[in-house]
Parts: sequence; C-alpha cells; structure tokens
Amino acid sequence: MSLAVALAVGVVFAVSLRLLLQGTLWHLLLGLALLSHGTHLLLFAAGGLVAGGPPLALEGALAPAAGAADPLPQALVLTAIVIAFAVLAFALVLGLGAGRDAKTDDIDAYGGDRG
Amino acid sequence: MTTLIVRTATRYLMPLLLLFSLFLLWRGHHEPGGGFVGGLVAATAFVLLAIADGTSAARRLLRIAPVRLVPVGLATSLVAGLGAFVLGRPFLTGLWPEAGIALGTPLLFDVGVYLTVVGVVLTILFALMEEGS
Amino acid sequence: MGWIVLLVLATGLVAPLAIRRLGERAAPALAVVPAGVAAWAAAGQAAIARGEIPAWRTPWIPSLDVAWAFRVDGLANLLVLLVAGIGALVVLYAAAYLRGHAQLGRFFAFLFVFMAGMLGIAAADDVLLLFVFWELTTVSSFLLIGFDAHRQASRDAARQSLIVTVAGGLALLVGLLLLVDAAGTSSLSEILRSDVVRSHPHYPFILAGIAVGAFTKSAQWPFHFWLPGAMQAPTPVSAYLHSSTMVKAGVFLLARLSPVLGGTDAWQVTLVGVGGITMLLGAVMALGQDDLKRLLAGSTISVLGLLTMLLGLGTPIAARAFAVTLLAHALYKGTLFLVAGNVDKATGTRSLERLGGLRGAMPWTAGAAAVAALSMAGGPPLFGFLAKETAYEAALEAPHASWLVGTATVLTGVCLVFAALRVGLQPFYGAARPTERTPRDPAPAMRLGPVVLAGAGVLTGLLVGPAERLLVAPAASAILQQEAPTGLALWHGFTPILALSALTLALGAGLFRARDALLSRAPALAPLARMGPARAYTAGLDGLLRFAAWQTRTLQNGSLRRYLAITLGAALVTVLAALGRTPLDRAWNALALPSEGPALVGLALAATLLVVGGALLAARAATRLVAVASLGAVGFGVALFFLVYSAPDLALTQLVIEVLTVVLLLLVLPHLPRAKDGAPRSPGAARTGLALLGGLTMAALALVASAPPLAEPISDYFSAQSVPAAHGRNVVNVILVDFRALDTLGEITVLGVAALGILALLATHRRGEPAP
Repeated sequence: MSLAVALAVGVVFAVSLRLLLQGTLWHLLLGLALLSHGTHLLLFAAGGLVAGGPPLALEGALAPAAGAADPLPQALVLTAIVIAFAVLAFALVLGLGAGRDAKTDDIDAYGGDRG
Repeated sequence: MTTLIVRTATRYLMPLLLLFSLFLLWRGHHEPGGGFVGGLVAATAFVLLAIADGTSAARRLLRIAPVRLVPVGLATSLVAGLGAFVLGRPFLTGLWPEAGIALGTPLLFDVGVYLTVVGVVLTILFALMEEGS
Repeated sequence: MGWIVLLVLATGLVAPLAIRRLGERAAPALAVVPAGVAAWAAAGQAAIARGEIPAWRTPWIPSLDVAWAFRVDGLANLLVLLVAGIGALVVLYAAAYLRGHAQLGRFFAFLFVFMAGMLGIAAADDVLLLFVFWELTTVSSFLLIGFDAHRQASRDAARQSLIVTVAGGLALLVGLLLLVDAAGTSSLSEILRSDVVRSHPHYPFILAGIAVGAFTKSAQWPFHFWLPGAMQAPTPVSAYLHSSTMVKAGVFLLARLSPVLGGTDAWQVTLVGVGGITMLLGAVMALGQDDLKRLLAGSTISVLGLLTMLLGLGTPIAARAFAVTLLAHALYKGTLFLVAGNVDKATGTRSLERLGGLRGAMPWTAGAAAVAALSMAGGPPLFGFLAKETAYEAALEAPHASWLVGTATVLTGVCLVFAALRVGLQPFYGAARPTERTPRDPAPAMRLGPVVLAGAGVLTGLLVGPAERLLVAPAASAILQQEAPTGLALWHGFTPILALSALTLALGAGLFRARDALLSRAPALAPLARMGPARAYTAGLDGLLRFAAWQTRTLQNGSLRRYLAITLGAALVTVLAALGRTPLDRAWNALALPSEGPALVGLALAATLLVVGGALLAARAATRLVAVASLGAVGFGVALFFLVYSAPDLALTQLVIEVLTVVLLLLVLPHLPRAKDGAPRSPGAARTGLALLGGLTMAALALVASAPPLAEPISDYFSAQSVPAAHGRNVVNVILVDFRALDTLGEITVLGVAALGILALLATHRRGEPAP
C-alpha cells in the first residue's frame, strides 16, 4: 500500500504548494498547515511502512517482535508534529500583524520596501 | 460556543482528561504515551475549560502563568540530564535508582517535556483567546 | 602557559569594569598583568637558553587529538617577552593617550584579547590551537583598527584588513590541516621532529596555504596594502599590533615551521622572492611619505620583507640575522610609533612638512626618537647596527644570486636610513614650525614607553654578549633546530660588511641632506602607489557590491510570491537531482511489498480518501470555516495512516494536535483580513505547474523512500537496547527521553522560544507598532 501513502503525499504537497503560491494570506497559512501534514507523512513513510508491528516490546520481552516498525522516524515525526503546531501558531500571529498593518490579504503588499 | 452543554460536559471531562494525561505520561515509557501526548491532553483540558468558563477561570485553576511553565519544564529536563553529568557520565545519560524501576531520570525528563508542552500550548492559545475579547 | 593566556584573556573581560569604576587610573593595575608575564618570561629565559624547554599539555578535543598544549622554546619566549613587555608599556601609554575616551574600557578589552591571542601564537604547541589564537588576533585587530567606528575611513580600513587577513587565515587553515594530515599529528613539537612533510605529495599545497596565511598577516607583497590603511587605528595600536607584534606573527609562523617546510627550492624561491620584493617596495613606500605613521608603516613592511627573505635563505647566519632583526625592529619601531603619537598629541599634526624644531619643547620624546632612529638607521652602538650587519652578512652569503640579494638589501638599507632620519630628526631639529597647539612633552606615562624601548635598544647593543646568549642564540637555535652560530660583536675589525654599513649610512645621510629636492619629485611616485593589489581589492569590492545590487533587484523585488516560487523551485531542483540518481527499481521494490490484508487495506484506503479529499476540499472551500474543517479531515486521515502503519504514539499525538489546531485556527480566523472583492486570485498556470511538479516529485520520493532500506538502520540498535539498557518497552518514547534526549531538549526549547515569540509579537501589535 505504499502507493496509497505516496498518492496522499503527492496530493497534499501539490495542493499546499498551490495554496502557498496563490498570494493571499489565508491561503498561505492554509498551505503551511497542509505542508506540515505532507512532510510528516513523507518522513514517516521513509521509515518503511509496516502494518501491525508497533515498536513496543511486550511485557517480559527484551525487544519488539522481529519485523516491527522502525521507531526512529516515529520519534522524529512525533516532535515534528508538536513543533509544526507551534510554528503554525507563530505564522498565524505574524500574518495577523502583517494583515492588520497592510489592511489587505495580498501578501505582495507586506513588508517589502518596494512592494 | 459556551452553551450549557459545553459547560456541564467540561465539568466532568476536565478532571478525566487531566487524569488521563498523567496516566499517559506515566505509562509512556512502556506503552504508547509520554510527555508530549500527555502535555497536549492536559493542555486540551485547560483549553476546554477556557472555552467553557473563560480564560480567567482556566488561569485560576492552573495557578501558575502558563508562560512560567516553559522555563520550569525546561529546567526540569535539564536537571534530569545534569544528574549524570555530575556523576561524570555523559550529559543526559539515564540513571535509575534500581534497574527496572520506572522512577529514573528519563521519567523526570519526560515530566519536563510534559510541563513545557502544557506551558507552550496554553501560552499561545490563552494569549490568542484574550486577544479576541 | 595556558593559565597565563587565560589570565590575560580574563584581564580583558575585567578591564571594562575596572575602567568604568576607576577611569584610566585602573591602567597601572591592568599593566601589572603583562608586566608580570614579561617578568615571568625573562626569569625563564636563562633556563631556556640552557636548553630546558618548559612544556604543558592537557587534552582539549581528544577525539580530534587536539591538545591545549604549550611549549616555550627560545623563539617562543622571545615573542612572549616582546608581546608582554611592550604590551605593558602600551597599556600605560594608551590610558594616557586615550584619556577621557568614552570607550576606553572596550579598548582595553580588545587589547588584552589581542595580547592573549599573541601569547597563544607564540607558545602554542598544537597547530590547530595556534590557528585559534591566530584568528583571535585577526578579530581583535579588526576591532582595534575600527576603534573609532564613527569615522568612515576607520571602518573601511578595518574591513580591508579583516578581509585580507581572514582570507589568508582560511588559506592557512587549509595548509595546516594538510600539514596535520601529512605529519599524522597536530602536535607542533612532533611535527617539527617528523621528516615526511617535504617529500609528501601535498607539500606544495601545504607550503602555499601556510605562506599565503603568513604573507597576509605579515603584510607581504601582494597583500601588503592593508597595513598602511591600518594606520587609522589609534597610535598605541599601531605601535603594538602593526609594528612590533601582530605583523610578526606571519614571519614567526614561517620561522616556526621552517624546520619542516624549509630548505626546498619552492621555499627558497617563494620566500626570498616575495620577501625581497616586499622589502624594496616597503622602502620605496616609506621614501615619499609625508605622514609620520604611514612612513613608519612603509618601513615596517620593508623590514617584514627582509625577515621573510632571511627565512627563505635558511642559512644559520640568516637565522641569526632573523632573530636579531626581529628584536631590534620591535624595539625601535615601537619607540618611533609612540614618538609619532606624542608628536601628534602635542602638535595636532603628523605631517612632516609642518613639523620642526620640537627638540626644546619635547626633550624626552626627541631623545627617544633620536636613539631609535639611529638604531633603525643601523648606527653603532645600538642593537639596530647589529641587525643591519648580520642581515648584510646573511644576504652576501646567500646560497644563490647573492649579488642580487645583497644589492637589494643594501639599497633597502639606504632607504631606511633616509626614512629613519626623517622620522627621528626632522620633527625635532631645524626651525620651529607654527602648529595648532603649543607643543610640550606629554604625561609621564606617554614618555615612559618610548624612553624604555629606546633604552632597551641601547642596552642590548652595549651588552651584546648576554643579549646574544640569552635572546638571540636560543631563538635562532629554535629556528634551525640545531646550535646557532655565535659571535655577535659591535667591532669585527675592518671587514667588507663594515664598509657597506658605513656606505649605507653615508648614502642615507646624503639623501637626507638633499631631501627637499628629492621630495619635490615624490608626487611622481604617487600613481605607482595607486596601482597594484590595492586597486584590485577596491575593484573586487566594488564589483561585489554591484553584483549584490543586481541580484537583489532581480531576485528580491519585494514580491513575497516570487520569493516563495524561487525558494520552492530551488528545493524541488535539489530533490529532483537526488531522485534522478536513484535507481528506478527502488520504486518497484516499494510497490512489490506484500499487501497487509483486507482489513488494513480498507483502513489505509479510508485514510487516503480522508487526506486526499480533505486537501482538495480545503483548497476549493467556499468559506474559511469549511476549509478549517477540511484541514481537520486531513489531520484525522494522517492519524489513521499512523494507526494503520504501527505508530500508536503518533496517531495519539496527531489526534490531540488536530483538536488544538482547529481551536487555534478558529481563534485567529476572525482577525485575519478579508479577501479582496472580486474573483479570487489564481496562482497562474506557471505556479500551478510548479505545484503539480512538486506534488509528483514528493510522491515519487515517498515511494522510493518507503522501499526497504539500503543500509542497516541505526534504529536496530535502539530497538535492541531499549529494554536491557534503558528499561523501557516503548522504543519511541525511550528514543525521545533517553537515546536522543539532547535532541528532545533542543526541540522543547524551540517550542518555548516559539511561545515567547508569539507573546512578543502580540505585545507589539497591541502597542500599535508595525509588524517586524
């Protein structure tokens, strides 16, 4: 079922990139949120997709069962999920101020000294 | 959003969620859970309360300003790591009083993660809620 | 020795506090530190001369075999003595010279940091440690040249010296790393004992890198042009860094490494050639100068060239001449710079044309100047006389082309006599000229430095026997790695060298008498000074600025959409480049993995549907609320994927975060600016194409990446050790809080910083300031 995950990753990236490039604040933020979903899925898939073998050792066992999923990408993605939340919040607040100052949701009107 | 149903539900849900978050934190070393999830669940409990009764009620219950929780949590994790350092082992090496007991420095480290996550999430969401009012 | 370096460094940290509390009265207390170091070095000199070399060694970066190691042999101790001794005098001098300057504390901080770096260069017994100190002097020199930061000329000069010496420092680093690789150790004393470097295939690169580093630092042609510019620094800095110590670091390093690098044809041609050119060029630069400090800078370049040339010759008498010249030059040039500072302070000008007859008003300064100038000219019985005689001797006995080397050296000598007389006599004799201020000798602290240094020049000349035994011979022996020749004396009988010495003095004095006629032609030389490497530097810098302006106009035109497109496009190109090198069959491997059974396949399909449908819906949503809800669907789909593919921790986290994200978006939504009226903006065909290409690329990447791993994953170790070593059965959690806890600590710190940033941003908004 790698194909299903790859399909999901591809669609999420394509949609989020298009949103990012649309040039309005709301779509930019939406695209950012989607982008982190896509990235997490991609990173997760890079660990290999194993069904029914969580990286947990059973009570009394010395290690997870043979063929269990790779725990390292999971640990990476876990912190990435939480950080993505904080970054999204930061971007939202940043956009809040920029939008308020420029009184428009056109991001080309923000910040730039030539814009 | 503050309907009677939400308020009533929160009254029962909130303590359950907090208990559940501690449970997640405690068992995280062996079963799914841990400081990150636990902290997020605890933060959700307080967010729920803030939605139902307002942020001032949630802040009262929390007692400590959420932004203060951030350095407290970070310091807790740091202290958990320093123990090994003081004993001449590499920084953040896990230490257990007795092999097999869950109360080692990694648990303390996870407590620090838990507190930091609660602090960060509540700092952000409370500030934005108060921004609206 | 390591503690001494740290002590001097600590003094630099304390200095600003002390100056803030006590003002310049703190200077004598600060000067105690270098004076003590100098006394310590002097006390150790006798033992070092007997061959008892003190050494210290503490591991610093054991994994790289880099040690905090020091070793003080004769050459090192000579430099330590100069750095600390002149340093103490300069500290006292500078406190009086910069009296009342608002940034005096900062000045001393820089000065002591520099001093620590210099001591480190002198004594480090590890080439990588030496490099660290080397860069420390580069940075502190930059800060000191640009000390008067409000003046454009200061800033330009500081930047120029930084660019030149940092570029040289990079070359040096390359050379040193190759040297470490070739010798198999970074310990300097072991490198000096090894004999494999000269025949190593990398030898030419080692020599080139180290030579470029040394040449930039010691202002050798074609990198010499930063030194006259560095005269923008306060005069005590010029006296200390740019004549007696830092510029010596380059030739010191060459001397230090000459036992392993020297003796080859490449070494001789490079050092004798560059040194000779620099020597002549500096002498000519000094000829026509009207500014006291720039004249001294020219003559300093000349002597540095001579020192390089002597190292290139590599004979025992050349090594001796090197040590004598190094010491003599530090003494007389330090004096003359401080004299120039005194004259500048007393009269308000450094222009030789406007100076004269100051002898009566400034007897102390005039006396010190006369003695130092005589030493610079090479007149007996001063130490400079010995320097000139030994240099002539070494030049005439050069292994190759001795007539050329000898002629160049004597010509330089004549120019230097002329320069010495101009700087040492002209301001003080002849008719007095009107100046802005009434000249008089400055405060005692500013007399002390020149008088002591000039006196040292007399003493070392008169007591030539002990001076040779204690200072010169140990240094020369350290360069040669064998016993150096002895027998320095003021009087050798009537020899050809003596005749040349006398001829030099006579010619120089003759030129000095005819100076008015000579200097009226000086402007003819001016175009010469404007050409050459300085011009290339300016052109290069201008070109860089023009290029920066062009690329800013082109790439950063203020449109955020364009920035995004460029950034994403660049990211895509790199991913595609990596994908292009991946064998295609990896994708097939991923597709050929066994299926998971109908129940899980169903769940995976449901997850795909949620993610794909949610994403498409979010993009097309009519209202923002619908978009938020669709985004939530994507999140739940992702969580479902995590659940299907054995990541319960991730699924749990993703679910809770999804709830919080929806709350977050709903909170911010009302405050975001409304969409502009009219039709929604379309990203355009090109950008849509870019987005589609990005999606395809990432899908391919996901497919390739999820194929079975090529190498054994590191996580096998984590899985195996989780229970036995870390007492945890949830491997993901154990990785987070134990195996990779440092990462986690960093990540929760990032979280904290994000929260603080948000609070700060909101506070800024409330105050009504524009968003940053």
